[in-house]
Amino acid sequence: MDVFLGLLQVVLREGMIYGIMAMGVYITYKVLNFADLSVDGTFPLGACMAAALIMGGMNPWLTLIVCFVSGCLAGSVTGFLHVKLRISDLMSGILVQTALYSVNMLVTDKKAVLSIFNMPTIFSSGLGGAMYNTALDQWAWVIMALIITLVVKLILDLYLKTRSGLLLRAVGSNERFVVSLGKDPGNMKIIGLMIGNGLVALSGAVLAQQKESADASSGTGMVVMALAAVIIGQAVFGHAKKMRGTTMAIVGMTIYRICLTAAMQFGLDTIYLKALMSILFVAALVGSRMKDERSAKNVIKAAIHR
Amino acid sequence: MSSKQQSIVDPMVTFEHVNKIFNPGSVNETTVFEDFNLMLRRGNFISVVGSNGSGKTTMLNLLCGSISADSGRITVDGADITNMKEFERSTFIGRVYQDPSAGTCPDLTILENMALADNKGGSFLLQRGVNKQRKDYYRSILEQLHMGLEDKLGIAVKSLSGGQRQALALLIATMTPLKLLILDEHTAALDPKSAETVMELTKQVIEEKKVTTLMVTHNLKFAAEYGNRLFMLHRGRIVFDALGDEKDRISIKDLTDRFDEISIEDGN
Repeated sequence: MDVFLGLLQVVLREGMIYGIMAMGVYITYKVLNFADLSVDGTFPLGACMAAALIMGGMNPWLTLIVCFVSGCLAGSVTGFLHVKLRISDLMSGILVQTALYSVNMLVTDKKAVLSIFNMPTIFSSGLGGAMYNTALDQWAWVIMALIITLVVKLILDLYLKTRSGLLLRAVGSNERFVVSLGKDPGNMKIIGLMIGNGLVALSGAVLAQQKESADASSGTGMVVMALAAVIIGQAVFGHAKKMRGTTMAIVGMTIYRICLTAAMQFGLDTIYLKALMSILFVAALVGSRMKDERSAKNVIKAAIHR
Repeated sequence: MSSKQQSIVDPMVTFEHVNKIFNPGSVNETTVFEDFNLMLRRGNFISVVGSNGSGKTTMLNLLCGSISADSGRITVDGADITNMKEFERSTFIGRVYQDPSAGTCPDLTILENMALADNKGGSFLLQRGVNKQRKDYYRSILEQLHMGLEDKLGIAVKSLSGGQRQALALLIATMTPLKLLILDEHTAALDPKSAETVMELTKQVIEEKKVTTLMVTHNLKFAAEYGNRLFMLHRGRIVFDALGDEKDRISIKDLTDRFDEISIEDGN
């Protein structure tokens, strides 16, 4: 029982923290219709920035904001390459991802791993620390992660309902329509990439604070993981019309983490983790397509019977 | 053109010595316009016909800014727009495309589409996207379509039929004040009945808004029936132009005869 509760803790905590990244990728991939690979670079950027800033003595909550902004800047570079220099979306992402590797090394002062063990983080000081010191123990981390993710989700949902948010959704749906409104779709794309990568960096920053260390190479496979989460969320809840995309992304990520954690529990060596991530992605993609095709067939069948 | 002449004819759109060559210097080099001149009078409803490759679409694209002219000048309401970007021109030019999915956002609801269009020309910042107080107004203009869309504000536009989408696209394109309305074969993708409905609606909207309209169409019946000026493009030149009473006397037969003449010229 204790083992099970412990696993539930891990799954929920990671589902929420990586869920912030899934929401960021939801913005670029689903809302903006842009396959953004810079995520593999912005996630460790957030993590390394958070660790470096906390080592420098910055307030841990303030680091989250700074990390979000740093992600936004990285996203704006991807946007600039794509919109202004007309480099394809995939290539723009890869270029930024590669360049960020150097940036991250610069941030960590050439260390592969930056440890902030026993330094104040949002989980060990203030509200998080107070909760941890009660009987809540490690559940405090889950609650903190839940609070942060829900706040981010609510803000994002509110944003998507503003005029700017509507326009962002319009860019992904029909660029020509945005042009006909007298607005430059390129600028909206840059804004969307900024928000998306800002959230990815924020996710990295929260994870680094929770793990009390940042790994400059932790970005590998993040795009695959986040995309899989978004696709799983859409496949499982796609027909629940009232459910928001942000919610689907968070739940999709939690399901994804359950699969990974289960595989580890069954004794899978961690060296197979990245391969498993790719396999899960393929399964999610093919599965959701098969589901769409089956529901399309059912619609046709129903129409014939009538 | 002297200022006196200008005030008499009162142009809304002018093309002055416009040249456009596609793929210059290659084997595919195509001269679409060579010293093309055109003047559209304010408040007119102009139909344009012409065979494929006559330059109709290029003319619209030059006017809307989807492509730029090699040389020459294009003006709208006296202002030189030759170097203006497409999205900047959109603030005073409305366009309805042939493709019914082009004029609206398929993934957004009817309400969201209308709210976006309603705000055209305004700022798109962090204000509430859909102003609930405008809902009744949106319903009232949707009622004019007699398609029952006023009760479907919350559904995604992609679930509407082609005719419904095109009618909505027309409403959306004309929601805010325009100097010029461009109809780019906007009934071509519709079934005959929906095409009639949308065309009748188009006439209503144009009369109500009194907006200068340029309609490109392959439907000779619509071209002859609607509007107060008609011209035919052929190889980048206006080969036939009728205005007012003269336009009213044009029959479909006259137009098909003209087309035949052109075809013979082309050796078809």
